Amino acid sequence: MNDKFEPLIIGFTCNWCSYRAADSAGLGRLKYPPNIRLIRLMCSGRIDTTFVLQAFANGADAVLISGCHPGDCHYVEQNYKAQSRFLLMRRLIAQMGIEPQRLQLLWASAAEGTIFAAEVTRMVEEIRKLGPLNWKSSQQLTVNSKQLAAAEVAA
Amino acid sequence: MVSVGNHPNINLMAYSEVTQVSGYVGNFTVTVRQKASYVDKEKCTGCGVCQDKCPKKVIDQAYEAGLGHRKAIYKPFPQAVPKFPVLDRENCTFFQKGTCKACEKFCESNAIDFKQQDEFVTFPVGNIVLATGFDPFDPRRIAQYGYGRLANVFTSMEFERLSSAGGPTGGKIVLRDGVTAPQSVGIIHCVGSRDKHYNNYCSVICCMQSLKLAHLIKEKTGATVYNFYTDMRTAFKDYDEFYQRVLSEGTLFVRGRVAEVTDAARLPGEEGKLIIQAEDTLIGKQRRVPVDMVVLSTALEPRHDAKEVGQRFGISGSAAGWFIERHPKLDPVATMTEGVFIAGCAQGPKDIPASVAQGAAAAARVVGKINQKEIAVEPIRASIDKDRCSACRICNNQCPFKAISYIPEKNGQRAYSEVNPALCQGCGTCVAACPSGAIAGTVFSSQQIMAQLNGLMLLNVNGASVEEKVPA
Repeated sequence: MNDKFEPLIIGFTCNWCSYRAADSAGLGRLKYPPNIRLIRLMCSGRIDTTFVLQAFANGADAVLISGCHPGDCHYVEQNYKAQSRFLLMRRLIAQMGIEPQRLQLLWASAAEGTIFAAEVTRMVEEIRKLGPLNWKSSQQLTVNSKQLAAAEVAA
Repeated sequence: MVSVGNHPNINLMAYSEVTQVSGYVGNFTVTVRQKASYVDKEKCTGCGVCQDKCPKKVIDQAYEAGLGHRKAIYKPFPQAVPKFPVLDRENCTFFQKGTCKACEKFCESNAIDFKQQDEFVTFPVGNIVLATGFDPFDPRRIAQYGYGRLANVFTSMEFERLSSAGGPTGGKIVLRDGVTAPQSVGIIHCVGSRDKHYNNYCSVICCMQSLKLAHLIKEKTGATVYNFYTDMRTAFKDYDEFYQRVLSEGTLFVRGRVAEVTDAARLPGEEGKLIIQAEDTLIGKQRRVPVDMVVLSTALEPRHDAKEVGQRFGISGSAAGWFIERHPKLDPVATMTEGVFIAGCAQGPKDIPASVAQGAAAAARVVGKINQKEIAVEPIRASIDKDRCSACRICNNQCPFKAISYIPEKNGQRAYSEVNPALCQGCGTCVAACPSGAIAGTVFSSQQIMAQLNGLMLLNVNGASVEEKVPA
């Protein structure tokens, strides 16, 4: 195994555009680093601040939010809402001491597999340069979040 | 159209506008503004005497493409359905100057009613098909092609009127002076489409339309015809055969975009002609082609009000402005709003066979929905836990489909918000927005996404070690 730092990126993609973009990247046999793991949402508007914070808390080095191009949303205008949340979250994580570049937004349509692959490659390199997210009490938070999840299930 | 107009189950509302839509599939309420046509449809027989007697001539920008006239009271074209004429208030002498009333005097059935007002009609419908068509591209936007400045530059729509037997020249293809037949004609393809300055998309119909025009010019005038094309796109049945036929008729094809159309002669033989300057990419040279007439094969553009119409019906449009279908391959006529279907050029540029096919498909989908008696809805939906809802109304404005309604306090029951499952499309924006966590999204619940998130973290990128075991 190499000693190079391999960042872990969580990507939230919308069902209609960016998840399909990732799909078309795969169908096109395009290579991009395996550091990103995608979670499919119906719409980028589904992105909840807690998902992003939970991803960071769990040890992700960066989070990518990806949706349809502005004006192309299958739910009329929800990607704009994702964008406003993204801008808010960027400020929030900056206040928490996390570099704002660790949260990125990408518009990719279903046909833009190449753009998706290129952007992910670029992002992985950018995060690799930034280094691991120095989240000292991540372990603690992970446990807490699990307890919370368990509590939610019980409730 | 006549059979549509006569069908007992079809209520045709021409000269009308949908102003308001509410409700959901199977239960829409639509408000339509029926514009005042100043003709009583109950009394009018469609005899057309009002049109003959009306003294006011107006240039017809719509059907005659600016080449012919209509009256101030008119039918858009002779075979129009319904047969009732419309009075154009802006151009009517009575409305502008207070005298005339020629149409009223000559109308035998007393159908002219100058006091008519716009009427608003509200009625329930189960499904909606939007087939609002397109707007032709205005070639004045491309100044270097000279449309509007150089007399003998025509648009394809103008040319259609010129070559039509019922048109202003009786089907004679002539220059703007009305007498001279052209000796040579240049047809420019892709005017306003496949061009990053205007529209990136291909307008689909222009190649075949240009071929048809070339064929008509050859047949009627014997003129030399040049086609300046970007790529010939003659897909679909019998189209390429027609291209081969036009080729064999001796029409000339130059592959390259036209830089400009000018009347400034530089070389001998160019005087008094329009010169088309273009790059011939097949021989790699610039060419100057002097012609008598230029026809611009203009692009199709989304309707100028497509955005407002889309919002009114709760459906989305692409960046260009075409309405978006539910799925480009598997569901090309439905939209993300259940019960609203699209057909024809409202969805994207297409030719007549494709529009007819899509219109029939949309109608069949509606009939299918009606015959089902029950509506099957997608399982992905949001729902609000009434007891947890704090009635803050944040979610109300998040929904583009107006699926969330606010139920005010009543009889001791606390106020809360409620999701209409027939309207909800399951995007999940409200789920994420709810500060009380009162909204649950099926299939994409917070718990499920959190579980995915936790699961993904267990896999180490380096592949060396899995730190935790997946919980059973």
